[in-house]
Amino acid sequence: MRIVFEKRQEVSRTIRVLVPVLSLVFALIFGAVLLLLSGVNPLVAYAAMAQGAFGDVHALAETLVKAIPLMLTGLGVSIAFRMLFWNIGAEGQLAMGGLAATWVALYASRSLPGWSVVPAAILLGMIAGALWAAIPAVLRAYLQVNETITTLMMNYIAILLVSHMYHGPWRDPEGYGFPGTARFPEVAWLPRIYDRAHAGLFLALIAAAILWFVLQRTKWGFELRITGENPKAARYIGINIPRLILVAMLVSGGLCGLAGVCEVTGVMRRLQQGLTVGYGYTAIIVAWMSQLNPWGVLLVGFLLAGLLVGGDQIQMAMGLPAAMGLVLQGALLFPMLGGSLFAEYKLRIVRSEPQDAVLSHESVAKEAK
Amino acid sequence: MTESRTRDPILRMRGITKRFPGVLANDHIDLKLFEGEVLALLGENGAGKSTLMNVLCGLYRPDEGAITVQGDLVDIQSPRDAYDLGIGMVHQNFMLVETMTVAENVVLGLQGLSFQPELRHVKRRLEALGEQYGLQVDPDAYIWQLSVGEQQRVEILKLLYRDVDILILDEPTAVLTPQEVDDLVEVLRRVVKEGKAAIFITHKLREVMMFSDRVTVLRGGKNVATRSTSETSPEELARLMVGREVLFQLDKTACELGGAVLEVEDLEALNDKGLPALRGVSLTVRAGEIVGIAGVAGNGQRELAEVITGLRDVVDGEVYVNDNCITNCSPLRAIQAGVSHVPEDRVEMGLVGDMSVAENLALKAYRTSEFSRGPVLHPTRMRFFAEDLIDGFDIATPGPETRVKFLSGGNLQKAILARELTACEGLLVAVHPTRGLDVGATETVRDLLLKQREEGTAVLLISEDLDELMEVSDRIAVMFEGEIVGIVPTEEADIDAIGLMMAGEQPRSSKSRSRSRSGTQSQTQEGAAG
Repeated sequence: MRIVFEKRQEVSRTIRVLVPVLSLVFALIFGAVLLLLSGVNPLVAYAAMAQGAFGDVHALAETLVKAIPLMLTGLGVSIAFRMLFWNIGAEGQLAMGGLAATWVALYASRSLPGWSVVPAAILLGMIAGALWAAIPAVLRAYLQVNETITTLMMNYIAILLVSHMYHGPWRDPEGYGFPGTARFPEVAWLPRIYDRAHAGLFLALIAAAILWFVLQRTKWGFELRITGENPKAARYIGINIPRLILVAMLVSGGLCGLAGVCEVTGVMRRLQQGLTVGYGYTAIIVAWMSQLNPWGVLLVGFLLAGLLVGGDQIQMAMGLPAAMGLVLQGALLFPMLGGSLFAEYKLRIVRSEPQDAVLSHESVAKEAK
Repeated sequence: MTESRTRDPILRMRGITKRFPGVLANDHIDLKLFEGEVLALLGENGAGKSTLMNVLCGLYRPDEGAITVQGDLVDIQSPRDAYDLGIGMVHQNFMLVETMTVAENVVLGLQGLSFQPELRHVKRRLEALGEQYGLQVDPDAYIWQLSVGEQQRVEILKLLYRDVDILILDEPTAVLTPQEVDDLVEVLRRVVKEGKAAIFITHKLREVMMFSDRVTVLRGGKNVATRSTSETSPEELARLMVGREVLFQLDKTACELGGAVLEVEDLEALNDKGLPALRGVSLTVRAGEIVGIAGVAGNGQRELAEVITGLRDVVDGEVYVNDNCITNCSPLRAIQAGVSHVPEDRVEMGLVGDMSVAENLALKAYRTSEFSRGPVLHPTRMRFFAEDLIDGFDIATPGPETRVKFLSGGNLQKAILARELTACEGLLVAVHPTRGLDVGATETVRDLLLKQREEGTAVLLISEDLDELMEVSDRIAVMFEGEIVGIVPTEEADIDAIGLMMAGEQPRSSKSRSRSRSGTQSQTQEGAAG
C-alpha cells in the first residue's frame, strides 16, 4: 500500500472552498498541540483569540485597522503577481506613500483649502508609491533586471528614508526629542468609522471592485490575464508587454502607496515609528492565499488581521510569552499555505503494487508452450 | 502442444494496462516481437504507443500485465533493468550531452567505469560497431558538431555498445531528410540481421510500408490489429488506425493568382544563439497561392516565420505585406498589416491554456469595436462569436467556457485556425500546422488551408512533411542553412530532388542518389553553426 499524488484534472469550486476550510481546521489542531505543550487549554486560548479579534465592536475595529493596509497592499501585490512580476517591494511603496501624505499634511495643507487636503494626500501618496514601483518596473521591462532583488532593496531605501525624515528634518520641534513628526492638522485626518477604524476600508472596497471589473471586463485586464498566464502568447498576439508591466506596476505601487497614506492620515495621524511593520510582506501571503482574486484579498486580509490582533490578545490575556503569539500565527499559516497543494493535487491510496496484478508465472509459462 | 510458430518471440507483452488520471492510456495491450524483425507500432497521437514503449523500457510501471523476455517473466523497474535485459530506446528528443564527445556520451551511465575511463578501447569498439552496421561517426567529435541524423546514429550506437537486443525507436524519422531515412532503413536491416529486433513508433503509413516486417496498430489505447506488412496496404492500415475510411485525395482546384501579398527581400537574421539563421532570403507569395517551405529543422524556417510575424528583428533586408513595410515592426503592426500566424508551438504560444475556449478564440479580435465599448469588453458578444466558430470549424469542446487546455491536440489546432483564419487579411503563415495531429485532424487542417487559398489568401506553409507540401502547396521552396536553395512549382517537383536540396546538394539527376559525403559534411557545419 502506498500513497501517490495525482494532479487534479479540474479544480472544482467545492475543492476551492473546502481546502482552505479544512486547512484552517488542521491549523487549529496543530496550534492546539503547541498550546497544550505550553500548558494552556487551547479552547480557552482560541476563545480568547476570537474574542480579542472579533468579540466586540472595539476588537473588530482594531482588526479592521490592521486589515485595511493588508487589503490594500494585498491588492497591489496581487495585480503585480498576475503579471508574473514579483513585487516584493510593497513595504517600500507603502512607506513612500506615507511619506508623501505626510508632506501634504504637514506642509502643503497650509496653502490648500481644507476639503482638499485628504484627497491631495491620497493622490500624492499613490503617485509616490507608483513612482517608487516604476523604477524596478522600468528596469525589468526594458533592461530585464530581476525585479525581486530591486524591489526588495528599494524597501530598505524607502524605510530608512522615512526613518530619517521623522528623526531629522521633519521631527516635531515640540516633541520632547521623541522621534516623529508633529501631529497632523485636523484637515488632514482621514475620517474614522469607529474607534481607530477609518475610511480606508471604503477605499479598499472600492479598489477591489475596480480591480475586479478591470480584470474581468476590460481589454486591459484581458491583456493582463493573457500575459500573466502565457507571456509567449501575449507577445504573439501583439501585446506590448513592457508597457503592460509598467502600467501594472504603477497600479500596484499606487495601491501600496495608498495603504501608507491611510496609515499616517487614518491611524497614526503623524509620521512616526510603526509605519513599516511588515504589512507589505504579509501582503505576499495575502495575495497567494486569495489566489490573486480581489474579493479573496479582502477576505484573507481581514482574517489574517484577526489572527494578528487575536495573537496579540492572548499574549496579554493569558500571560503567554510574546513569542507564543508569533509561533501560533506561524503554526496557523503553515497548514493554510500547505493546503493549497491539495487544491491542485489529490491523494490516492494505491492498494497493491502493480506486480501483484501481473499474471502468475505458471499461466505465462503455460501460454509460452 | 504443436509448434504453431517456428520461433518463440524474444519479447512478449501481455495485457499491459496503464492508467493516468482520467485516461486509460493502455488497455490490455498484447504485443509480440520476434528475433530478426522490425515491428512498426502504428497509431495516432494519444493511441498509447509511447506509453507502451515507456513501460517496456522501465520509465513507467504497468498497472496490469506481464512482460516476458526470452521466455522469462521480468519485472522492469527502471531503464537500467531494461538495459540489463537487452532493451534500449532511442527517444524522440535525444539524450545526449552536447559538450561531450561521441565516445564520452556512449560510456556515460555505464556501470563499473573507472574514475578516468580508458576511452581508447571504447573508440576502437565504436569504430568496429560503426563498420559492422554502417553507423560511421567520429568517436572524437563533439555532439554539438554533429547533424541531427548523426546524433541519432550516436543514440543507436549507444544501444549497440550496451549489447541491446531489442531496439525501440520513437518516431525516428521526424528529424531526418529522405536520404537519411534511407540510411536508417539500411542500418535497421543490418541490425536485425544480427539476430536483434527493433520496434519503431510512427504514425506515418509510408514508413510502416518502407521499414517494417510486421505492424501492430493501436487505437485509443487498445491493440486493434497486427499484420504482416507484406499482406496489408496503407489503406487498410489507415482504416485500422483511424477507425474509418480516410480520403487521401484532397480537392485542389486551380486558383486565380492575385498580386504579391508577401514580399521579403534579402533577409538576414540571427537565431537565438546570435548566429546567422537567414542569409539573404528573398521570396514572394501571391494571393491565392500556397508556397511551401521544405527543409530539415533548424535551417532557418522558424526564424523566417518569426521575422514575417514581427517576433524577430532582422539584421538586413525588407519585409512587405500588402505593400506595407513591416521590417522590424512589432507583432501588433504585423497583425494590422494583415498577417495571420499559426505558430509552431501550439500550446506554448498559440493559446492560453488556463483561459476559456471563448477567450482564446477572441485573443486577436478583442481589440475590434465589435467586442468592446471603449475599454470595456462585451462578454456576450465574445460568447456568440465563439459559438459561431465552434460550429463553423467543428471544434469538439464541452462548451465555450471550457478551459482550452482540456481540448485534444487536433481541436486545439482547429481553435487556432478558427481564430487566425477569421481574422486573416491577406497572409497566413502556418508553421507545422499538422505536426503531431492524427490523420483525421490533418485532413481537416489541410482542407482549411486549401479553402483559405481559394478565398484569395496568400499562404506560407512551413512543414517538415514532404507529402504534405506536395499535396497542398503550389510552389515549394527548399531552405538549407538559412538560404532558399531552390524553388519549384509543385507539379514539376520531384521528392528525391527536394530531399537532396534539403541536404544541401543541387540535384543533378535522380540517379545521383548515392549520397556523397559532401552533403553530410556541410550538414556537419550547419550543426556546428546551429
